[in-house]
This record gives sequence, structure tokens and C-alpha cells, in this order.
Amino acid sequence: MTKPAIDQPASAYFLEDRKDPIEAHTLSIVVDNEPGVLARVIGLFSGRGYNIESLTVSETEHEAHVSRITIVTRGTPMVLQQIKSQLERLVPVHSVADLTVSGNAIERELALVKVAGTGDHRVEALRLADAFRARVVDATNASFVFELTGKTGKVEQFISLMQPLGLVEVVRTGIAAISRGVDRLRV
Amino acid sequence: MKHENGISGMSGEEELMTGAEIVLKALADQGVTHIFGYPGGAVLPIYDELFQQDQLRHILVRHEQGATHMAEGYARSTGKCGVVLVTSGPGATNAVTGLTDALMDSIPMVCITGQVPTHLIGNDAFQECDTVGITRPCTKHNYLVKNVNDLARILHEAFHVATHGRPGPVVVDVPKDVQFAKGRYIGPANIEHKTYRPQVKGDPVAIEAAVALLLQARRPLIYSGGGVINSGPEASHRLRELVEKSGFPITSTLMGLGAYPASGPNWLGMLGMHGTYEANLAMHGCDVMLCVGARFDDRITGRLDAFSPGSKKIHIDIDPSSINKNVRIDIPIVGDCANVLGDILGLMHERKAWPDPDNHRDWWRDIARWRRRDCLRYRPSDDFIMPQYALERLYALTRGHDTYITTEVGQHQMWAAQFFRFEEPNRWMTSGGLGTMGYGLPSAIGVQVAHPKSLVIDIAGDASVQMTMQEMSTAVQYRLPVKIFILNNQYMGMVRQWQQLLHGNRLSESYSEALPDFVKLAEAFGCHGIRCAKPGDLDQAIREMIEVKSPVLFDCRVANLANCFPMIPSGKAHHEMLLGEDVPDDEIEQAIGAEGKVLV
Repeated sequence: MTKPAIDQPASAYFLEDRKDPIEAHTLSIVVDNEPGVLARVIGLFSGRGYNIESLTVSETEHEAHVSRITIVTRGTPMVLQQIKSQLERLVPVHSVADLTVSGNAIERELALVKVAGTGDHRVEALRLADAFRARVVDATNASFVFELTGKTGKVEQFISLMQPLGLVEVVRTGIAAISRGVDRLRV
Repeated sequence: MKHENGISGMSGEEELMTGAEIVLKALADQGVTHIFGYPGGAVLPIYDELFQQDQLRHILVRHEQGATHMAEGYARSTGKCGVVLVTSGPGATNAVTGLTDALMDSIPMVCITGQVPTHLIGNDAFQECDTVGITRPCTKHNYLVKNVNDLARILHEAFHVATHGRPGPVVVDVPKDVQFAKGRYIGPANIEHKTYRPQVKGDPVAIEAAVALLLQARRPLIYSGGGVINSGPEASHRLRELVEKSGFPITSTLMGLGAYPASGPNWLGMLGMHGTYEANLAMHGCDVMLCVGARFDDRITGRLDAFSPGSKKIHIDIDPSSINKNVRIDIPIVGDCANVLGDILGLMHERKAWPDPDNHRDWWRDIARWRRRDCLRYRPSDDFIMPQYALERLYALTRGHDTYITTEVGQHQMWAAQFFRFEEPNRWMTSGGLGTMGYGLPSAIGVQVAHPKSLVIDIAGDASVQMTMQEMSTAVQYRLPVKIFILNNQYMGMVRQWQQLLHGNRLSESYSEALPDFVKLAEAFGCHGIRCAKPGDLDQAIREMIEVKSPVLFDCRVANLANCFPMIPSGKAHHEMLLGEDVPDDEIEQAIGAEGKVLV
């Protein structure tokens, strides 16, 4: 049986009918820094079946006990709107901004990349790190730890270049994002 | 004790009290008069305070789930916040079903749970569980109180959060050492959550657009829900005024019954899976839909891609996440139903622009034709009681009374929604979202606590009622004359109906073998038992039930294999509904396609 294409959204029942494009959006969430607030946010994502591609969280205003959570998530426009509404419904959430909708936000992440090697590989790794403006934060005779900041694409590219040069391990912070211009998120 | 905000606990006035005293004082200052609970090790200090006062009445339940449903019935029938007090560990986990039920149906509730002392938290102490962790997804919000000086503020905040915006359950977990510790009390005056500010006033631009759309409508329909009831009597009042002034037909969800009177000329009956033919076809065919405080639940919409395909949709809801969740909305209006309906009426009044009845003449002609199908018709019998007949008689014989109805979950619930006609809001308590069997009996007790002189009837099924049967003992203890009207068909009727529809009539585990003798059971509980199996005896038996001053278990033996129609099979659209009388059994078995079978 064929069903007509729908512009209706995804009920749990008709997921296979979903034709809307999937988009990745960056959400910035201002929350009270109280115990359990992160669990509420990620519990909402897991409980309702939303994706988390990246998550960063830290207290940003100590006096006000306010934290900022940055989440990169994927979904159809309707699901993304639903995610925002559901987040706003959480009692300790002050405000939620979809930085992808408001446009052209600055997005950065930091990576620490450990590379082990000697000889040409070692020289090449150092040369590439210089080209990527990665800093050497630890060095031994046989290894480096590079610190790299940038957009996700740049970090990905750097890591893939390090792969054949003796990549040992990587840690990444996930994306932190902020809007351009004078405006700030409502606290 | 004074209930006015702040009178008995002005902020700034410092007095040291124990945590347990603070709990009682906060409840009193919130105007709480009844709490439903069960004692245990981790709440003993609070129970000790309860013992030493006589303002707050405590209703001792037999299982914590019962306490939560009683609080729901109490809240739903009064519009006030229900309050529950349970102990740590199993006390809290037993309350989870009722908390989830209250979350799904937006019932305001504050549940205070005891917790092991703070220094033992995380130690796998006796009767410890991670209450805030377990209840996080099934509450609107929850708190663990680690400092006695936060206790009063948190309790007042909990009431604020539970009753403002879209109502819901809030858990406050209080460790035992906090109950003993001394701290400052602050009154409820000016306590607001620092960030929680639900939007109650609708956007005037959207309201303007909605009015314009309503005025042009040729096939309009109002679809109202539980939000109208939750908003309070003013919302129902304005909904009635809008229906009267606009001449629009109106249907409602299960949760919204009573907001518009069933005797009203524009009433189409409930819509959805077991809704009426006229309501569902009107939903399918309307050109402008005004949804007021409902959430396009899957029981309502049926197949989404075929749901009301030709309509422009206006949705009024206090919860922005309900809008555009399942169905795309043309004009969303975030706000409280009473406010927004008032603004719509105000604008029409101001402009002297009311919908023109001439525009709806053809539409009402269609509706009259659908009504003539008489979709709730059933084959009466002289030999055995048809469940529909039992409810018709129950309705007829209770009409003169001040009646409140609760239900369990299943066929009897749907029949009750179809055959019992509600004229006022807050008269109908049922578990809609979660579908909790065992809801009705304790809920009826909660309603009776709030309305001691009223006639409170739980329309029950033989299977559901056994889930919380032990609460009969609570009813007897507090002389609460609830009437448990059991439509006993010796099956889990709705399960059996679905097995007939979906699974080749293989009735796997849905037959109620070894049912108790409900009359003897009534005697064992110390209440009154009645059995009736003949249609001719039914009226007299129902009269007896109403007249008896004690709780009653009424074993109404009904036709075993009756099915609940109309029914929109899963995965079908509103115009593909099955009607009762004319469906042969083999067609019933073919009614749901392979795709529908995976749905619930």
C-alpha cells in the first residue's frame, strides 16, 4: 500500500513517511547551575529520542549560578522546534536560542591531540601543527600533545592528517558557540 | 490556621522550626486541608508533627499508588493542588505510576517523599532510592532538599510550579536529617520561581488572525480538551459563550468532557478512536478548526497524514511544546484558555462581528445527516445486561444527584465517556494519557474526600478494579461512601476486543479466571455488596446503590463479548471508522491492516 507523501510531521507511528530534510542546529541554553540540571536536559533528549551530536556545559556566571549548555542536534525543522519548546518547558531553563536560526554564530571547539613518532613523521606532524596553528603543550622525545582550537571541520581535518603520522589519542571539548554582534541571550 | 498568603508566615519574620514543622506550616499556608499518604521510616518526623495538630486531615491509604490517584481525583474535582506524603524507597517508587499519570493528564500535585539522611545518600542505605533520578522524567519538576533553610522556599515554589502554567506533579524529596534540623521558615508571600514564567496572555496579532479565520469559516469546528478544565470555570464559561455566539459545533477529547454541556445543542460528542461518527466526520471535513487546550494525541488524530486534511488550524495552548508537535498549526496561540477565549470574544464583541449562521447552514445539514446514523446504537437484550444499557440507566437514575464520575481504563471507560452525559466541568475523572488501570477507585475516594455529600461513582471494569482494590479499606475507614460500579464481563474487555480485531480472536490471558465474589468481598471490607445480572432488576439495584450510605461494590454482570464501537482502527483515518451494529465478526477481524497491527 502506498501512502501519499505528507508534510505532516513525525508521529512515532509514521516515521517512515518523514520526508522533511534533516538539519543540524546548534542550541545555546541558559540554565540554573543546580544539581541535576544536566541530567534533565540529556534525559529529555534520550527520553524523547532526539540526537545529541555535541554537548558542552560549564558555569558561565558564578554570581548568578548560571550555566550555559551548547548542544548540537539533528532533526527535521519541526522536530528542532519541538526540541526547543521542550527545553524551554524545563523549569530550571532560563532561555534557549537556536544559533543556527539566528544565523552565522561563532562555533569553536578545542582538541588535544597526542601524536607519537620519530624522524620524518615527527617533523611532518610539527610542520602541519604549525600550519593549523596548533600549539605544542607537551613534548617528549617520542611524542607531542597539540592543542588546537577551531571549527569542527578544521579539527576533523587536523586529526585525519595526524592519523598516518602516529596519532595516539584525541580528546575534544565539543562545540561552544556564541552569537555575533552586541546582543546576548536572556538570562 | 490562616490560609491567606503570608499572614501566618511573613517573610522577614524569623523563627526557628524543625524541618518537619516547616513542612506542616508550609502546607497550611498553602491552604492545604487534606493530604493522602502512608508513613514509613524516612517520614516519621513529619508524621509525628501531623499527630500533634488537627488542621490538616491525613488520609491513610493502603498503597502509595492509591495516594497519588486520590490526590489526582481530589485535584481534578476541585481545581486545587493534590498533596501526597510518602516514605523513601518503595514509598517513592510506588508513587511513580500516579506521578506519571498526573504528568500525562496535567494534574497539579505536590508529592513529598521522605529520604534517607543526607550522609547516607548514595550508600545504598535501607529503603534508599534515587527518588529525584527516578521521578525526573515523570514529574514537571522535582527537588532534593539538602539544607533545612531551603525547605520552606522549595515547598512554596513546588506549589507554584505545580499549579501555574500547564499543571503537573512536583516531587520534594526531604532527607530525614533535614526533617529534624532547625531552620528558618518563610511564608508563601511573593514566592515565585526565579525563571518559571508561563505565558498566559495570548499574542494579540495571532488572536486577530484567528478571529478573521473564524469569521470566514463555512465548516467550522471547536475541538476542546482538558486544558479548558484545568484553566478553571471561567474558561468553560467563555467556551460556552463562544459556542453560543458563534453557532459552531463543538467536540471534545476524553479529558475535556463537561467543559461544554452534553445537553447543549451544538454538542457532537467525544471524538477520536471511540468518538462519535458525527464528531469524527466533522473533524475530517471541517475547514476551520479551533483547538482549545487539547494536544492532538494519537487517540484523537488516528492516521496523521489523513487527519482533518482540509482545515486551517488554530491551536490555543499554554504549553508551547504542545503546538506543532504532531500536527502542523496555521495559527498558534500560546496562552491560558480563559484569557485567549476572553480576548477572542472581546474582539468579536468590539467589532460587532459574529460568525454568520447562514455560512454554516450546509455544514449543520451534513452534521444532522451524520447524527442520524445514531452511532452509539446497540442491540438491547432482555436476557442479559448490555454494558451500554447499564450506563444509560446509571446516568438516568443519577441525574437528579450531585454526581461525580471516575473510571478505570478499558471498554467501560469508553462506554462511560459515550453514554454518561456531563453538564459541568470537574465532574469527570479518568486516566486519559497514561491509561492507568486502577485509577478510578482511589480517584473516587479522593473526590469523595473533597465532596463528602456528593454522589461519587467509579465506573469500573472487573480487571481494572482489582489493581487498587485494597483502597476499599481506606473508603471504609473514613466512611467515604464511594460507589464502585463494576461492569463485570469477566474479561479484560478492551484487550479481548483488540485480540479479536488483531490476533485472530486468540484470547491470550485476557479472560478473568478466578474472579473474586465481589459481594462477599464487599462484606469482607465492611461495605455493601450488590449483584445484578438481569436487565429487569437493574434500576432497583442502582437505586439501592445510591441510597446506601456506605461504600458499595456493585457487581453488574454484563454481556461478556460486547465490543466498544464506534472505533477507528489503528492506522486508519477518521472517515474509515467501524460502526457498531452493522459490523460482522469477520469484518472486525479484517479491519486492521498489517501496518496498523504494529501500532498501539
